[in-house]
Amino acid sequence: MKKTRQKAERGTVRKVLRCLRPYRASAAVSILLSAVSVALSLYVPVLIGRAVDCIVAKGQVDLAAVVSILWRIGAVVAAGALLQWLIGILNNRISFHVVRDVRDKAFRKLQILPLRYLDAHPVGETVSRVIADADQFADGLLLGFSQLFTGAATIAGTLGFMLALRPAIAAVVVVLTPMSFVAAKFIATHTYRYFHDQSAIRAEQTALIDEVLTNQKVVQAFGREKAAADRFDEVNGRLGTSALKAVFFSSLTNPTTRFVNNVVYALVALCGALVCIASAGTAAPFTVGSLSAFLAYANQYTKPFNEISGVVTELQNALACAARLFELIDEEPQTPDDADAAVLSDVRGNVELRDVAFSYVPDRKLIEDLNLSVRAGQRVAIVGPTGCGKTTIINLLMRFYDVDAGEIDVEGRDVRHVTRRSLRASYGMVLQETWLREGTVRENLTLGKPDATQDEIVRACKAAHADGFIRRLPQGYDTVIGEDGGSLSQGQKQLLCIARMMLTKPPMLILDEATSSIDTRTEMYIQQAFRLMMEGRTSFIVAHRLSTIREADVILVMRDGHVVETGTHDDLLRKNGFYAELYNSQFAP
Amino acid sequence: MRKLFVYLKEYRKESVLGPLFKLLEATLELIVPLVVAAIIDRGVGGGDKGYAVRMCLVLVALGFVGMLFSVTAQFFAAKAAVGFVTKLRSALFRHIQGFSYRTLDDAGVSTLITRMTSDMNQVQTGVNLTLRLLLRSPFVVFGAMIMAFTVDVRAALWFAVVIPILAAVVFAVMLTCIPLYRKVQSLLDRVLGGTRETLGGVRVLRAFGKEDEEIGSFAQKNDALTAMQKYVGRISALLNPVTYVILNLAVLGLIYTGGVRVQAGLLTQGAVVALYNYMSQILVELIKLANLILTVTKSVASGKRIRSVLDLPEAEGAVQALPAGDSAYRVEFRDAGLRYNDTGDPALQGVSLCVRAGETVGVIGGTGSGKTTLVNLIPRFYEATQGQVFVDGKDVRAYDPAALRARIGVVPQKAVLFAGTIRDNLLWGCPDASDEALLAAVRTAQAGDVLEAKGGLDGQIEAFGRNLSGGQRQRLTVARALVRRPDILILDDSASALDFATDAALRRALRELDYRPTVFIVSQRTSSIRFADSIVTLDEGRVAGVGTHDALLETCSVYREIYDSQFRKEARA
Repeated sequence: MKKTRQKAERGTVRKVLRCLRPYRASAAVSILLSAVSVALSLYVPVLIGRAVDCIVAKGQVDLAAVVSILWRIGAVVAAGALLQWLIGILNNRISFHVVRDVRDKAFRKLQILPLRYLDAHPVGETVSRVIADADQFADGLLLGFSQLFTGAATIAGTLGFMLALRPAIAAVVVVLTPMSFVAAKFIATHTYRYFHDQSAIRAEQTALIDEVLTNQKVVQAFGREKAAADRFDEVNGRLGTSALKAVFFSSLTNPTTRFVNNVVYALVALCGALVCIASAGTAAPFTVGSLSAFLAYANQYTKPFNEISGVVTELQNALACAARLFELIDEEPQTPDDADAAVLSDVRGNVELRDVAFSYVPDRKLIEDLNLSVRAGQRVAIVGPTGCGKTTIINLLMRFYDVDAGEIDVEGRDVRHVTRRSLRASYGMVLQETWLREGTVRENLTLGKPDATQDEIVRACKAAHADGFIRRLPQGYDTVIGEDGGSLSQGQKQLLCIARMMLTKPPMLILDEATSSIDTRTEMYIQQAFRLMMEGRTSFIVAHRLSTIREADVILVMRDGHVVETGTHDDLLRKNGFYAELYNSQFAP
Repeated sequence: MRKLFVYLKEYRKESVLGPLFKLLEATLELIVPLVVAAIIDRGVGGGDKGYAVRMCLVLVALGFVGMLFSVTAQFFAAKAAVGFVTKLRSALFRHIQGFSYRTLDDAGVSTLITRMTSDMNQVQTGVNLTLRLLLRSPFVVFGAMIMAFTVDVRAALWFAVVIPILAAVVFAVMLTCIPLYRKVQSLLDRVLGGTRETLGGVRVLRAFGKEDEEIGSFAQKNDALTAMQKYVGRISALLNPVTYVILNLAVLGLIYTGGVRVQAGLLTQGAVVALYNYMSQILVELIKLANLILTVTKSVASGKRIRSVLDLPEAEGAVQALPAGDSAYRVEFRDAGLRYNDTGDPALQGVSLCVRAGETVGVIGGTGSGKTTLVNLIPRFYEATQGQVFVDGKDVRAYDPAALRARIGVVPQKAVLFAGTIRDNLLWGCPDASDEALLAAVRTAQAGDVLEAKGGLDGQIEAFGRNLSGGQRQRLTVARALVRRPDILILDDSASALDFATDAALRRALRELDYRPTVFIVSQRTSSIRFADSIVTLDEGRVAGVGTHDALLETCSVYREIYDSQFRKEARA
């Protein structure tokens, strides 16, 4: 278990490194500069120590030497600061660019992922990969770059300087400092449980908030306000208890490691002082300046240790986020169009479904042995109870999904051997789920035909009975509508979608409950427009309202994935089967 | 902010003790350089080994006591922060429970959810850090300065010079960056919005072959975000090097002055080291402070957002002083109307309607004609902005809302259920109903098969009723409303997901209920309401006609058109 995780982590690290490749020059420069910058910043205490050694006591101060050392310190500090700034900019650039690249890649992938994947994963989840995970990844990368490396360099550098100054005292520091690491680790492993509890209860609370607030009106309609609040308080109380433990115990790390560091500091001071006293007057005296430098080092040496445990958790988190992103990027794309895929043209509307079988889940059969022959200009209506596979047929016609067996031909060509784009351009599609983007009404209308003239737009909108309400909007056709249609009513959104489709004048038409939110009077007018438009063109209509399907040339009555009846409205009523049952029930008292 | 801090009151002791112990710890830290100076001057300078050992033990003791102080401070801070937010969360949740429909519409559900969750967490972190650190950093900075003055006034002047400069630099960078961070956030929101939009419209976009254009427009947004991030990064990257330079310049000055003063015999070597150590402490604290300010700014913004929700008014209870008027009917609308906002057209106007007990009323009309608005006035979900609505002769505003709603069974348009068993959900209608009563309601609602499929009354329902189909949910919501044996039953387009046969069976069962409720059926289908005692036909917020099916066919052109659109040939036949 642990091994596979490590292996997966290593795989992710490799992928991260691959993303870094375009920036390897910047990364190398950054690492080099960091090393120099650390060396410079560590050199400062040495110089200060030397300056201090020139200031011994009354009358024993070599001011000229002090000043010359101070100049050198100034130069070192200035250079170090400049490098720090450059490193900061470089690291920013690298991590933000890498994340931008990864995001772009992920988004490109979204465009070629099969609908099967997209339908199975909630939008929120995918969005959170592209946004939140990428963001965490950027933070981690930046932190890793700026802290991990300088941290390591600082440890190595201070160690080197301390060994050079006095190996014996350096040994004290080296042996004792990891204690703080051990202490931090001890606390982390023992408080993990509290964090786990906290996040579990927090998730429970979030779900409750989501559920109750989303349905607040229902809660109030049934007078359940108090009951809801009591239930909330119960969870909230548990969260409070658990959060207190998590917050408190995790905050123990800092004081504990600081105590360890203080002990190290005291020991360095002690050893240093004793060595000072012992070596006074010898050939190689350990001076007060060296002691002050040593103390500064002891502090700097321990600091990365304190930070590293934090950085490592951050990095692990970042890697986990990166793994989720890469999972999306590495997802199997839809089968690409054949290299020699034909471009469908001159589509007249002959569609043939031959022995089609399809299911979303392998062991739950949905459509089997579906045969259907549609001639140019026919209106095909698909009827049946919810979940019987009506929308699935549309998924197959548009090749959002590929058939499992059998084939679908348009103008005698298997749709799997023509380009998706030309196939989809042959259909005008309006779905029950309206989709509009943030932008002006005009931008939305011309989505399928960017070069449409105002005249064409107005004509399409008039046919769709959308012109009237669009004109009443504050800026008419240039009114900006918000995300997902903003303040437009569901019916108005459907009218816009219909107008958008009408503008493209496709040879075939797919209407999936396209008028479900439009009142029946307006629908009647739109149906007339559809009729005019579809003269001589093939159309597929899914509808709940039987009034909209009565005039179809062929009605497919579906039940549990099978076509149970086909025929015209009158034929089917005469047959007195499932369709007649559905139809007649609307007159029942 | 005062409105929020009320909830901190209970933790007054903790909020004072937390920072206090933190300050005690910081004080100990400030003593350390003095001890080191003593070691250098008396221990090393005087060659007194015993003194050096004793002083080092003092250092260890200082560290240990400091740790105890610090842990105590963390405990009080955590207790206050967590307790405060727990209280605040509960208060906000209860506050939201009291909102009117109108307030809920205005505030928006997703906003309320973020306030309850991520904003609360942000506030908790902010309060915790504030109690622990916000006082500590300035205290150490000024403490270090004061200690420096006790060591040597002349040399310490460097502190007095450098601290204001550092403060100015830190604040300048922060103040420049905070609005820029907000910009980054809004650019990130655009990238997020773009992704969400593309995913939501994936079928339409692919149908129109827009994949490449989507990639282009995403890359544009993504680049804008990256450019902004880099810009902010460049500015914030200045903070550390600049403070580093300023501080070290002060160190240089300090050592020079120290050198001059030692030469004159006014200062010891150890004192110079101590002064240098104080300066280093300031640098460390400044970096901490900068990070802290960022976090605190974020929490203050979150706190403000929470407060804005707390400031929204709760719904009014029973209104005492009302225009006189009574009514002999179960439900009466008297010239009633509603405007959702001050600027828009009224959603409903001039509705007058009398309904006797036990009658069934159909409400029909086009999209946006005001059907739901009409029935929402009865349980006072919204208050009429024009005219009056009466239930059993009393203006609905004169009732206690809870008492009024207890008599009304509502089946809302959107069929939602809650996580729990089917029984839990049905008991919403009436908390002490027996299983027999529940089953009877289920039968009337034609939901017997749902119960069978889900394992009876103990069948589990997921949040929002996700594990049920639309039709199954609708029938259970009907059953839930029936459990309370309501005097008035409102079905707001509650059969839209039912096939015609089930819809008809449901209506038949409702007619046979022994307690004969007054039923309001809102529908788009004429078939659902054609047998009602009276039918209200609405057109753009006005009543176009009231009467029976046959009467309306004769007199009401809107009704006739709706009917014809659904039953063209048959109507003529």
